[in-house]
Amino acid sequence: MTGFKMIEKRNDDFRQNSVGIVETMFHSFAEPGNELVLESGDILGPIILAYETYGKLNKDMSNAILVCHALSGDAHAAGVHKAQNNIGWWDDMIGPGKAFDTDRYFVICSNVIAGCKGSTGPSSVNPATGRPYGMDFPFITISDIVNAQKHLIDFLGIERLLSVTGGSMGGMQVLQWVASYPEMVRSAIPIATTKKHSPQQIAFNEVARQAIMADPDWRNGDYYEQGQPQKGLAVARMIGHITFMSDQSMEEKFSRRLKKGRLNFNFDPEFEVEGYLHYRGANFVKRFDANSYLYLTKALDYFDLSGGKMIPHGKRIDTRFLLISFKSDWLYPSSQSQEIVRLLKRRHVDATYCELNSTYGHDAFLVEVEEQTTLIKHFLDKTLNGYLVADSYGVQ
Amino acid sequence: MGIWWRIAMVSNNIRLDHKIIYSIIDPGAKILDLGCGEGDLLYLLARDKQVMAQGIELNDRAIQECVKKGLSVFHDDIESGLREYPDHSFDFVILNQSMEEVKNVDSVIHDALRIGKKVIVGFPNFAYIKARFMLFFKGRAPITRSLPYSWFDTPNVRFLSITDFKEFCLGRGIRIIESHYLGVKRAIWLFPNLFALNAIFVLSKP
Repeated sequence: MTGFKMIEKRNDDFRQNSVGIVETMFHSFAEPGNELVLESGDILGPIILAYETYGKLNKDMSNAILVCHALSGDAHAAGVHKAQNNIGWWDDMIGPGKAFDTDRYFVICSNVIAGCKGSTGPSSVNPATGRPYGMDFPFITISDIVNAQKHLIDFLGIERLLSVTGGSMGGMQVLQWVASYPEMVRSAIPIATTKKHSPQQIAFNEVARQAIMADPDWRNGDYYEQGQPQKGLAVARMIGHITFMSDQSMEEKFSRRLKKGRLNFNFDPEFEVEGYLHYRGANFVKRFDANSYLYLTKALDYFDLSGGKMIPHGKRIDTRFLLISFKSDWLYPSSQSQEIVRLLKRRHVDATYCELNSTYGHDAFLVEVEEQTTLIKHFLDKTLNGYLVADSYGVQ
Repeated sequence: MGIWWRIAMVSNNIRLDHKIIYSIIDPGAKILDLGCGEGDLLYLLARDKQVMAQGIELNDRAIQECVKKGLSVFHDDIESGLREYPDHSFDFVILNQSMEEVKNVDSVIHDALRIGKKVIVGFPNFAYIKARFMLFFKGRAPITRSLPYSWFDTPNVRFLSITDFKEFCLGRGIRIIESHYLGVKRAIWLFPNLFALNAIFVLSKP
């Protein structure tokens, strides 16, 4: 399916079963004196966290699901914003009758700190100087991101989440939630993720960061008056998009097709794949802050829940797991999910793992809706209702 | 739907091998089913006997069916799926109609006995009378109710008789606690190695 057709298809579905018009909300905390203490020892505050919610919280507050987004995502996971035709990034999965059924569950999507989508990040104003933080923004980790989300969940009055879910960097937040607040997580659905960033993953991120920092427009991160390092950020994103696809999906999408049907013997984008990467890069600089990209890729690289850091030795947790990976994903390969599975076996954790047969590479977690929906829907059913619901399937 | 009605329905429709394994397993036990397929057996056990069930299965379609039934399953093959489990993790490890598809039988049985207090093994009997006839009189690779595949499409890589398996256990000091021999619809008592389609053994360490 081409990108364009995919959007068309999404529009069709959208009309049928969408959460409708939604609004991003903002939670403020960590006021002076109560700042968030970060893993690095630095402090951050005040903090604004952007979030959206879909569906209704039930009386005993047992149906709340936290959705964590990936590197360049935001709080807008489902529905549309008023007067804009911008469908949420996981709209295929969140809505009435969908995997995260908003007729039954209360779904929260929280933005991350250090991002640039309404939450406090390097482009926010530093109260100490009255200017954007830039490189004065403290280094943050996935654990800091989760601690900030915990403030939001507390503020919403939810003591225990039915589930925490997300793909890629979102999946790392899921694992971090289990590590930091296991008693608050009834079930975890980490998708296409890892419990520690590998040297290969760090390497790709470092190339992306160097591309940004090598752009003279980066100005040591102090570019907010002049405009951001567009070329560097675009290159960083182009690298990202290569790692999100598989060789098969690239072959299907572009093959060696030429933009103008013939070779022109110049350095303009001649192949369709080049055009695609340029298009993606150019679009990205319009919607994402270069410094946020630097800080968040660092947070990914610092991520390491190996050893006893996720579930300490000898400790039992009640959290149920559903892990999903994709066969053609080489950025967060199945072997990394299997490593998590091995840990769960050692700790006697109730878990399901499924490697789905997709050709879409890492992008699959956004695209492969049908199979993910089957797995997630029934897994959540079981988590909430035990075998009462499963009963209706019977045994043939 | 009342529980008695459900059990009655279950005992009418349920496969004979499942019925026998179902009767062996104690309520509330911790169970690992190796090659659990679509999870029919685990589902019955989880629903009626409140066992803590975990499956291991290689087919992702089958895993989807298991999850529909509310079961927990790992996408893994039997041979590499057991290593990480600590000793005595389960009350029962089930290896029903899957041992014949395993290459390294010795290490799977060894690991199963390490992580489970008891191991339930169920397999088709290659020395079943009709298989013998097909081979001896017709000169053809046997196809029976319990071995329904042609030589070119069988997933099986191990072909064994009841006598073979008993000898295997004897040679390794594995205790056979219970043995069940299955015909088409009921248990077989006489000359099982000749008349049984399938056998189910409950094993433990010496």
